[in-house]
Amino acid sequence: MFNLKYILRNFWKPLSILLLVYAIVAGFSISIPDTNIGDTLRNVFYHVGMWFALLALMTSSFIHSIRYLSKGQMIDDSKANEGVLVGLFFGILGIITGMIWATFTWGVPWTNDPHLNGAAVSLLVYFAYQVLRSAVPDAEKKARVAAVYNIFAYIILLVFVGILPRLSTNTLHPGSADGNPAFGDMDAQMRLVFYPAILGWILLALWILNLRNRARKIESDLQEKEME
Amino acid sequence: MTLASEIKALFTKDLKLELRQKYAINSIILYVVSTVFVAYLAYQGDIEARSWNVLFWIILLFAAVNAATKSFVQERPARHLYYFWLSSPQAIIMAKMFYNMLLMLLLAGITYVVFLLFLGNFIVGHLLFLTALIFGALGFASTLTMVSAIASRSDNNFSLMAILSFPLMLPFLLSLIKLSNLALSQSHFNLLAWQLLSIVVGLNLIVIILSFILFPYLWKE
Repeated sequence: MFNLKYILRNFWKPLSILLLVYAIVAGFSISIPDTNIGDTLRNVFYHVGMWFALLALMTSSFIHSIRYLSKGQMIDDSKANEGVLVGLFFGILGIITGMIWATFTWGVPWTNDPHLNGAAVSLLVYFAYQVLRSAVPDAEKKARVAAVYNIFAYIILLVFVGILPRLSTNTLHPGSADGNPAFGDMDAQMRLVFYPAILGWILLALWILNLRNRARKIESDLQEKEME
Repeated sequence: MTLASEIKALFTKDLKLELRQKYAINSIILYVVSTVFVAYLAYQGDIEARSWNVLFWIILLFAAVNAATKSFVQERPARHLYYFWLSSPQAIIMAKMFYNMLLMLLLAGITYVVFLLFLGNFIVGHLLFLTALIFGALGFASTLTMVSAIASRSDNNFSLMAILSFPLMLPFLLSLIKLSNLALSQSHFNLLAWQLLSIVVGLNLIVIILSFILFPYLWKE
């Protein structure tokens, strides 16, 4: 149980917990620059992490979709689907944390802003992916059609989260003038919390995905056994 | 047969079918004219430039979705099987795409003329507007052809067509609305116009390349 291989394969799971505990404790206790949004600036450790987790999950889903198309194994399709499901969960959390933050800083939960609308549209594409999956009854055909659509959805995600917000000029959301939507005006001490927090959220998201994939595999194995 | 000759044969087949039935062209003209006429009656000549622009693209979008649905969804599965044995999947998707591009260009031209006739001219830079319109029509055509192919693999494909295509069309649509908004106030191509045009053209190229690569996976049953 405590051999090197086991540790190497699993050390990132407790690491995510450690990083997130650090992010929560340090995130609420360090001193932050005195801006006009006060302590709500601390939300940057959590809100931005949701979107990085979403990007990691959708990327994993995208890779599994490509793998399904090239190798044709159903396990890859199931992994792609789970990636989108967990990704949608983190996306919704990202929108909720963003709305709470926006209520404090802008006075309203939603404004007509390219960053916000882009995030909403990207989630919409992935909801459409789920609708598409439920519309095709045959498993093999569903896997193929969904994989193709998933590749398009990932392109839309990159366009709406990566390209269009950076070109926008009239936006309240940080990260247009300085080019990057995630790393805005943070001082060195905040970065010491920010980067571990981001890593922690990504690892936690991948852990959840990993657990769901294993549960799905057990389910399908049990079903096969029943059939025999 | 080479790919080019296959594409040409399939393309002329679609064109001949269309010219014989004149179903798509007539229904498009009727659709555009009647929706614009309803807008004309409702606004009673009191329309402002911004609403004119938004109305233009919304009517064009819905007309385009209606027109493109025909390409895969309305054909019978048996005929798809026939094509499957006859030619390569790349030739099929490219032929459909070129045909839809022709159709969309025609549709965009008709919408442009009908809008100018009924709702008045708000465009300052006609060249800028027409450039946006042409590249927009090409983008609509390639995206909708691929979505139509995806939707045709499911059971209830008409409603799915709208659900799948609207989010994919949004980057096109947003850039195009901004671009034509520029054309309503100026006629020269400034930096923003070039940026938006390159987004539309770039996205269109991505969609075409991805369709070329991915369509074979959709095609085999």
